[in-house]
Amino acid sequence: MIPLRAKGKARNLESSVVKRVTRTDDSDNSSVLLWEKNQGHKPLSNSLGAIITSASEVAQIPANLPIIHDVNRMDHLSDGDVVALHPNGMVETLFRQESPHNALFITDRCNSNCLMCSQPPKDRDDLDHLFDLNMQLLPFLPRHTQELGITGGEPTLLGDRLYQLLSTIKQSLPETEIHMLTNGRLFAWKNWAWKLAELEMNRLMLGIPLYSDYPAHHDFIVQAKDAFSQTMLGLHNLARANQRIELRIVLHKATIERLPQLARFIFKNLPFAEHITFMGLEYTGYTPHNDALLWIDPSDYGNELSEAVHFLDDFGMNVSIYNLQLCLIPKDLWRFSRNSISDWKRTYLDECNRCSELGKCGGVFATSRKFSANIKAI
Amino acid sequence: MSTADIDKSINLMFKTPSRSITMEFQGGEPLLAFDKVQYAVLRAKELNKSFEKKISFVICTNLTNITDEMLDFCKQHDILLSTSFDGPQFLHDKNRPKSGAASYDLFVAKLEKSRKALGHDRVSALMTTTKLSLEHPIEIIDSYLEHGFSSIFLRPISPYGFALKNEKKNRYETEKFLDFYKTGLQYILQLNDQGTFIIEEYASIILRKLLTPFSVGYVDLQSPAGAINSVIVYNYDGYVYASDEARMLAENNDFTFRLGHVASDSYQELFYGEKAKKIAEVWANESLPGCSECGFQSICGADPVHNHATQGDPVGYRPTNSFCKRNMEIIRFLIELLNNKSLNAEKIFRSWLTINERSQ
Repeated sequence: MIPLRAKGKARNLESSVVKRVTRTDDSDNSSVLLWEKNQGHKPLSNSLGAIITSASEVAQIPANLPIIHDVNRMDHLSDGDVVALHPNGMVETLFRQESPHNALFITDRCNSNCLMCSQPPKDRDDLDHLFDLNMQLLPFLPRHTQELGITGGEPTLLGDRLYQLLSTIKQSLPETEIHMLTNGRLFAWKNWAWKLAELEMNRLMLGIPLYSDYPAHHDFIVQAKDAFSQTMLGLHNLARANQRIELRIVLHKATIERLPQLARFIFKNLPFAEHITFMGLEYTGYTPHNDALLWIDPSDYGNELSEAVHFLDDFGMNVSIYNLQLCLIPKDLWRFSRNSISDWKRTYLDECNRCSELGKCGGVFATSRKFSANIKAI
Repeated sequence: MSTADIDKSINLMFKTPSRSITMEFQGGEPLLAFDKVQYAVLRAKELNKSFEKKISFVICTNLTNITDEMLDFCKQHDILLSTSFDGPQFLHDKNRPKSGAASYDLFVAKLEKSRKALGHDRVSALMTTTKLSLEHPIEIIDSYLEHGFSSIFLRPISPYGFALKNEKKNRYETEKFLDFYKTGLQYILQLNDQGTFIIEEYASIILRKLLTPFSVGYVDLQSPAGAINSVIVYNYDGYVYASDEARMLAENNDFTFRLGHVASDSYQELFYGEKAKKIAEVWANESLPGCSECGFQSICGADPVHNHATQGDPVGYRPTNSFCKRNMEIIRFLIELLNNKSLNAEKIFRSWLTINERSQ
């Protein structure tokens, strides 16, 4: 797993700042220099934006520059990455230049509380702080960035400022595919969907989860009353406003129950969805606590998955399978499988090293605390 | 049809609130009055410069008299040819006698010629089922395949016009048609299962309603009925009819569904007049006895013209109604096939519904 955080001690940092990583010391104010303690004694330029160093002695460094010193690691950072330096000494990676999996993190808050949430919501008001970081981050993103996610928590909780953020993205990254993960519930307000339409971002795709064709069942899985109705209304409002929609279905014991029915429901009621993804479970966050409700070995739901995927595919819908290892799904589903696990949390098990299909397989979540017992080299 | 009546008909046609129009030329044999067809196509295209609707043109023809010049015109204006083909030679010739020439051979030659000129999928075929056809579903389907069609419409003969006159020849029991239909459909499924792609059109119309969220623009299975709502017939004598079947009734001096005349009646009088209002009372199966409580209501349709023609009453009496009997059994049969997992029918049916470009 690629670390996205480092910890040190901050000096001259009153509030969080966002800077681009560099290892050359003649850079400008927007850059943060990574400085090793054995790099010599030449005084450093005053024009730098900030410094991160593993050293404790900071004599060569201009007195008022923001610094995080005694940092525990820097090897995970590359030139061009963008980091936030926090007053508590945390160096947080916001953008990795080599990765196709970058995202703006909007909030830890959520208006749902899904049984299988991999990143459980926290009840603290982080909206202002994260909005500020994201607005600082955006100017750093290269125009050729292929894809950028927007995620949380629930990004729509940002309210009007979400549109401000999107509008900035549209200006600065006109060529980038934007992929926002949302539960879609707030789009039950029609004007929310129209406001999105007004932005005219044809590269924006909304990834919205739907877990059952049966309202009470969906509401139970997301632990929120009336969520099904709100999401369905939201989906239809978004479709009316000509927005692009991806439906996301996390696969676990509770969703497998009605998976073929859900596929039929989707085709009959949401035929405008541009993409439908069936996603293997990331065994972390709430999931271990709800093991009895959720765990089913993926090799035990091949039939249900096959029926759902082929039904939608037969009707010409665009279907993908995410996060499932090739050895766990029927071979006729391989063509739907995508390497979906973000690079920074993708790994392979020892068993995988003997597998002839390793090159095609998307691996497993490094964050998962439980794997199928049936992962076997092919 | 007089030029004046053509002009008035086209003016009326453009009054439709619909954004897309199909302008279909029927006869008799439209190719025998091809100058009128040309005039009408050019006139419609000219007017459409200001209306900007999506117009498709269709000529219903037996192809017998088609010439290179006609094909050039069709090619130039993207006109689809809809022709009649009844299957194997003995059947086609018997159903469609033409004095002095072998109807089948001529048809095959003209079909080839037309396809070459317009493109394979720009010539479609419809079959008419007669008493004789009923005994040969397999041969008919094989014959369609032999001539390069990848779809066939197994349809019953209509109880109107010419067919009605040949009562002895053509009036057969709905039961017999259903046997014919089921044998044919099962054979078609078998062909598909073995890798030969061929669609049965009537099944695919019903299946689209059953299995997909999309609407079907098939006039015989709509509620409110297709008559007036999705089709209107401007006859050669300038009279306006609620549907093609309504026009056929008039050939037998039954003018029940004649809405008026292009020369003397306005759009308002034709489409919202007393006749139209009367038809509107019986054109929705939601309000017809026997249909209002039927489980197949949303898949089926209302056909007041058929009810009138066969039962003397546009409301119709469902227990002995052939439209009802035929559709209920076909729908039931299709659902039975869908539920029979061993037949692979559902998979095959889906492939019929997702095909984008149909080559007929």
